[in-house]
Formats: sequence, structure tokens, C-alpha cells
Amino acid sequence: MAHVALADRGQALSHPHSFITKYVWSQDHKVIAIQYGITAIAVGVVALVLSGIMRLQLGFPDTFSFIQPSEYYQFVTMHGMIMVIYLLTALFLGGFGNYLIPLMVGARDMVFPYLNMLSYWVYLLSVIILMSSFFVTGGPTGAGWTLYPPQAIMFGTPGAEWGIILMLLSLFVFIIAFTMGGLNYVTTVLQARTRGMTLMRMPLSVWGIFTATVLGLLAFPALLVSAIMMTLDRVLGTSFFMPAMVSMGEQTNYDGGSPVLFQHLFWFFGHPEVYIVALPAFGIVSDLLSTHARKNIFGYRMMVWAIVGIGGLSFIVWAHHMYVSGMNPYFGFFFATTTLIIAVPTAIKVYNWVLTLWRGNIHLNTPMLFAIGFIFTFIHGGLTGIFLGNVVVDLPLSDTYFVVAHFHMVMGVSPILVVFGAIYHWYPKITGKMFDATLGKAHFWLTFLGTYSIYLPMHYLGFLGVPRRYFAYEGIDFIPQSALDLNTAITISALFVAVVQIIFFYNMIWSLFKGKQAGSNPWGATTLEWQTPDTPPIHGNWGPELPVVHRWAYDYSVPGAEEDFIPQNVPESEVDKAAS
Amino acid sequence: MSDIGSTTGAVLAEGMPGIVDDWSADKEAFHVPWGKAMMWIFLLSDTFIFSCFLTSYMNVRMSTTVPWPNPSEVFALTIFGNHMPLILIAIMTFILITSSGTMAMAVNFGYRKDRVKTAILMLATAAFGVSFVGMQAFEWTKLIEDGVRPWGNPFGADQFGATFFMITGFHGLHVTGGVIYLSIIAFKVYRGDYDKSNNYEAVEIAGLYWHFVDLVWVFIFAFFYLW
Repeated sequence: MAHVALADRGQALSHPHSFITKYVWSQDHKVIAIQYGITAIAVGVVALVLSGIMRLQLGFPDTFSFIQPSEYYQFVTMHGMIMVIYLLTALFLGGFGNYLIPLMVGARDMVFPYLNMLSYWVYLLSVIILMSSFFVTGGPTGAGWTLYPPQAIMFGTPGAEWGIILMLLSLFVFIIAFTMGGLNYVTTVLQARTRGMTLMRMPLSVWGIFTATVLGLLAFPALLVSAIMMTLDRVLGTSFFMPAMVSMGEQTNYDGGSPVLFQHLFWFFGHPEVYIVALPAFGIVSDLLSTHARKNIFGYRMMVWAIVGIGGLSFIVWAHHMYVSGMNPYFGFFFATTTLIIAVPTAIKVYNWVLTLWRGNIHLNTPMLFAIGFIFTFIHGGLTGIFLGNVVVDLPLSDTYFVVAHFHMVMGVSPILVVFGAIYHWYPKITGKMFDATLGKAHFWLTFLGTYSIYLPMHYLGFLGVPRRYFAYEGIDFIPQSALDLNTAITISALFVAVVQIIFFYNMIWSLFKGKQAGSNPWGATTLEWQTPDTPPIHGNWGPELPVVHRWAYDYSVPGAEEDFIPQNVPESEVDKAAS
Repeated sequence: MSDIGSTTGAVLAEGMPGIVDDWSADKEAFHVPWGKAMMWIFLLSDTFIFSCFLTSYMNVRMSTTVPWPNPSEVFALTIFGNHMPLILIAIMTFILITSSGTMAMAVNFGYRKDRVKTAILMLATAAFGVSFVGMQAFEWTKLIEDGVRPWGNPFGADQFGATFFMITGFHGLHVTGGVIYLSIIAFKVYRGDYDKSNNYEAVEIAGLYWHFVDLVWVFIFAFFYLW
């Protein structure tokens, strides 16, 4: 008996009619994606404001009385955690993953829409729990986003009363939300592709999001377990991570735990997390470059295997975050080796992006500017990563501003540039309206140059040995006055970049009402989401028939073809007819 | 990049090329229902959770400087004057593995679309699960009476109580969730929902979860009680 694919069996989709079921308790992946996106960006703005306050203290110390050391640490912690988890992870997977996967693989929705809806509302709950920690006794935790015990739960650390408990609870809830969404994304990609859409014909955006989701499903368990254990240490007084120690002159009740165990668990999650953020960016940027250079992606298969290879390798490099934590030196040797091996598939990707541009018909549209900007910032951050992956180079640089500069370039600025590029790229499909290109380009140049002026000087601070996470640097002998002046300059750039983002929000909101009609495929892209019968796509995405895929996602500038792109759902016979 | 790729049901090449063909086929990478694929992926994720728990347990057990309590002494019962090490846990393990047997039979009868037998066997499985959780509650009570607490115990390292309550508790929650899950599916089987859709795959999916919970227990049993 031939197996009938589930996607082909007639399944009734009930179309909701009331406002509530359509836009609030919606099971439509596109609405859920927008809910995810708006929530993530809103919470990201909070984190942006927090970073601005931090920079005010560093640039103009002793000027603002409302920033005390404990608040400073709370802002540092919340900024890091929000940006990494609640903004980037949620936006790439919950936002872009939800919107793009079903449209790009030709499905009507995620395989389990109800679970998908729950995923968003549980995510919202985790955000509310996190934000509520600003309003409890002692405020949010100030342990740094890595939450290293023992200091994370010892009194004396800001937020030890309630902040740390709410942080752990919020992470726990977030992981549940992510798992519900992630199971959907993986199953949809594996099982619900339309006819003709083989795995090796999927756009690289889907490959990136898919691999990142698999990483998430395997890496978040380590964070879940460490969150449970730390909560027990804090609430019940167990000693998983807590050694015997004296605090405030008194012997604590803790005894015999292992703080390094937490670091291993945390980074077993934490390093794949870097790629959970990076792989969707890799995938999306490949599609942006190919579309706007009117040229097929260079080395598609190599790109896919590089994504999968980076994903696999990311699970065996975690202890390169722990060179100074006290490990067997041979561990350092092993983890430095695996870390440097990751540079190989990553370099393949970078070469392939550049080769995609080579002799392409480059259109410098706003999304393209962001994609090319990403290549710059990513190479930059990637190269400093090779510095830090080596044990002997890492030892003097660890916990300095060099590390701050490195990870902000590679997993802060780079993914955010892709986020902006992707929002501009798909905005016409999501809203049906065209954004203002002049404002978009202004936004790009100010953001791109502005972020460089923030993070490039930080490398010099790091070489000087300026330690990170300090509240103030006055009166430290080895830090010269010029470093303090540089901090002031960085602060001015940071505040400038933060304010510039108003252009983006203004552009998005203005264009929603006043923008020109975009049409269904303004960029001339080949992938399925641009071939929907309606723009923006309605519930169910496709008309009565699912699209049939006849080719890969990168048929740009095919010789003899009528136009410079052939959508994935155009059969060979029509192309031949047009050519003859 | 010409016309439609491999279609399902076609003859596949053997060996490695066959696996590649199969995986790069359109529509479905695995010829299973969506729910079953999702359950497998969830269980893979859950495996990582339990692996992290057990690895952490091994880590604290090996790194603690205080001697670890002897499990065959701590988990011994005195029944009718006979001192029997590990007796309760042996019974619990036996019950849980038996429940896997009844679950497998339920799946079998589900395939034969035998509504009543499937429902009865699923309820039997759930009943075994309830008795497992009941005995676990008894075991916890006894240990608490003996002075074992998450933050310390009279027998040795503090981490003994902490890891024991955390890991068996987390597994117990899985069993409890499984009992509820099985009961709901059994009710739906009995009501005839799956006869209407002519599709008993929900029984098998629930079975996957239940077998997984049993399998995890074997590892917990081996690493916690027998080490």
C-alpha cells in the first residue's frame, strides 16, 4: 500500500471569524509570528534602555545618582538575559520561524496549531514573570546573565531575595514555551513539506531555523536542569552547586556542592545557544544575498552541510567559556581544538556569501545593505573568536572588554543586522505595504557605523586589560585616563545608536498606514512565500491547491528564462515554452 | 533541478544512497503520522533532560568529600522480621516493567481496532502507574521519617537526599503525567472516538511515552540504587 502523505489528506481548516479568535487567541502561524515578534521587540527595547543606562554610568561616572552599583549589576544582568533569550531566540525561532517555515515549505500551517498558540502565550507568561522581577523586594537579580553560583544566590548579590527565583522560574517557563513551539517547527519541516519540496530544495532560511530549533531542543534541557537545581539550592537549601563557605562572617548551611558543575551545565546550553541565534541569521542572510544579488547562492549543498556541521560541533565546544574556571589542562587542549574546527564550516559559509555576491547583479536595497553589513560584522566578530578560542590568548583577555566586544560583534550586532534586514525584506509580504527606502537606508548606515564606533574601541580597552562588569574604573593604576575618555566616546555612540532606532519604528508604523501597495513579489524572489495567492497571505496560506515545487530556491538569472528569476513552483515545461 | 523529486512509494536504492534518498524525499522524511514524529522528537529532548540530571548526580556523587550512603542499607525494609535490602524498589521496578507489557498489548489490540480490550489494557497500565507512584510516596515517607532531607541526612553526603528527591520526583511527575495522559486516551478509546476516525495511532503515541518513562526508570534504578 502506498503511503499517503498527511499533507495530502483532506483536512478541514476551520477559519475563525471573530476578532478574538483571529487576532488574539489565534492559531494562525502568521498571527502567532507577529505576536512573538512584537513581544520580543518590545522586551528588547527594555534591554536597549538598560544598556543605555549602563553606558551612562561608564561614560559619565558619578554624574547620575540614580545608578548605584547594585542597580548597575541588575541592569547588566537583565540586559544580557533579555537580549540573548527573550529577544533573539524568541524573535528568530518564534517570530521568523513561525512566519517563514509553513510558507516556505508550502504548508497550510504548523502541524499542531493549537500547541503553537499555547507556545506564544506561555512565552508571554515567561516575559511577564521576568519583568515582574523589577517590582519585587530587592529588584531583579544582579548575578550577570551567566548566573554563576555561589554568588547568584548568596545574600549580598543584588536581587538575591526574589530576583533570582523569578529569573529561574521565568527561564523554566520560557523553556516549556520554546519546546512547544520547537516541536512544531521541527515536525513541520520534516513531515509537512509540499509536493516536490525535498529537504535539499528548501531555502537556507528554513535550514538555518530548523537546525537551530533542533539545537534548542537538545540544549535547553541543560538549562532547565541547572535552573531546577539552582532553585532547589536557593529555596530548599540543597547543595548541588554550593560549596561549604563563610558569608558575612558566618558559616553557611551549604556543604560539598560543585560550582563548576553549574558552569558545565550552563555552557552546555550556552554555547549551542550562540548558534541558536546565529544559524537562523546565517540562513536568512543567504536568502537575502541571493535574492538581491540576482544570483544563485554559491555552494548550496555546502551551505546546508555547513549549517548542520556547525550545529553538531556546537555541542562539543562548551568548555571554551571556562578556560579560567579551573579545569584539567587537557580539557583546554581538547576544547580549543574543537572550537577552532568550527572555524572551517563557518569560513566556508563566509566565502560562499562573498562568492554569491561576486559578479552578481547587486541591488543595494535596504535588506541587501543589512545583509552585506552582516558579512562585515560577522567576519570581524568571528576573527576575534579565534583569538579567544585559544587557551593562551584567552587567559589574559578573558573577562576584559575584548570579550564584550567579541560577543557583541558576533552574536549581538550581527544577528540584529539580519533581524533588521529580514524585517525590511519580508515587511511587504507581512503587511502588503512598502516601507520608505530612504529612511531604511538611513537607518542602516547610522546603525552600522554607529555600532562599529561602539565596539571597535572596546577591543583596545580589552588589550589594555580593562575588566568587564565593573561599576567604575577611577583610581585603578593600570587604566590610563585615555581609556576613561574612550568610555565616554563609546557611551555617546551607544546613545546615538539607541536613539537612531526611532527611525526604524517610525518607518514601520508610518508605512503600515501610508506605505505604497507592495504587490505580491516586489523583490522578484523565487521562494514559495512570495507566490501566495493573497498578500498578506490569508489563513491557510494557499488557495484550494497546495503549490507544487519543481526546482530549488535559487533559480536567479537563469540563461534563456523570460525573467531573471524562476519561482520554485514554475514547472520546467513553462520555462521551455517561454524560451522557445 | 528538473521535475518533481522522488515520490513516495517508489523503489529506493539500497544502503547509504537509499537512506539519503529517503531523507531527501518530499513531504515526509519519516513515514509516520505527525503526532508520532513529534512524540519521538519530544522524547529525544526529554532524554537530554534526564541525561543532564543523571550526569549531574554522578558528578556530585564523585566530587563530594563525605562518603555516599550505602543504598542497599538505606533502601532496605524489614518485613516480618526479615531484613531485605532493595525489596521495595525491586517490586516497584517489576510493576513498572509489567506496565510496559500491558501497554504493548494495548497497542496491539489498538491495531486490531478492539475498542474494549484496548481501553481495559490502557487502564490497567495506568493502574500499575498509580501503584508505582503510591509506592514511591511510601518510600519517600519512610526516608523522611529516617531523617533524609534535601539539605542533609544522617547517613552521609548531603547530596544524597537532594539528588534522590529531585530525580525520583521528576520521574514520578512523568509517571503521574503519563497516568493522566493514558486515562484520557483510554476514555477516548472507550467512547469510540478512534473508531469514528478509524485511526488508533493515539494509542501507540501514548505507548511511546509510557515505554520511555519505563526505560528512564531502568537507568535511574541502575545508577541510583545499584551503584
